[in-house]
Amino acid sequence: MTINVQYFARLREDLGRDGDQVAATEGIDTVADLWRHLHREAPPPRLMVAVNQSHARLDSAIADGDEVAFFPPVTGG
Amino acid sequence: MGVRLFSEPFDPWSVVRERERGLPMEKLGAASVFVGRMRDFNAAQEIRGMFLEHYPGMTERELERIVAEAESRWPSITCEVAHRVGSIDPADTLVLVAVWSAHRVAARDACAEILERLKHEAPFWKRERLSDGSERWVENNTPGT
Repeated sequence: MTINVQYFARLREDLGRDGDQVAATEGIDTVADLWRHLHREAPPPRLMVAVNQSHARLDSAIADGDEVAFFPPVTGG
Repeated sequence: MGVRLFSEPFDPWSVVRERERGLPMEKLGAASVFVGRMRDFNAAQEIRGMFLEHYPGMTERELERIVAEAESRWPSITCEVAHRVGSIDPADTLVLVAVWSAHRVAARDACAEILERLKHEAPFWKRERLSDGSERWVENNTPGT
């Protein structure tokens, strides 16, 4: 089982890919842990996150099989 | 509750009329309607077009959640929300928020609340195409003034 990571908008373009697949391993307990595992640095300011398509926070817990999305501030309407 | 995403241009007034055909209009004394359109200028630059990205699945869920929370705060209201996605030209309608109620205060306040929450919470991102052919992501929504 894995954690399915998605990126949107400018973040997707900056990273050069739509997402990542991460094997759920020990040490990835929160959204912030996941970001550091993938990108080897602290999450950037103003980063927004959703877990299983609901808004979440950097300290939100994540589990095997979750869909985690990272994106810049939203600009609809 | 009605939440719709359109990938092609839509007429907000047709959406409103269509919805009203199914409503008990004799009980709904007030309707508050907000229509947002694409401007051809932003941040002192001419804008030729726009791409509106969204998060399929989450965008619909967020709009439904925002409307459901307004319906629980103002139990008398009926709502219709529509939003464009994809490639957009100036003057195209971007967003429709329509709220019906027995009385004006609930309709007006709920319409304003749904729009503000949509702008801050629903996952949409604007990428503008400028007159020189370059593109830029919109970093922030304009303030509400």
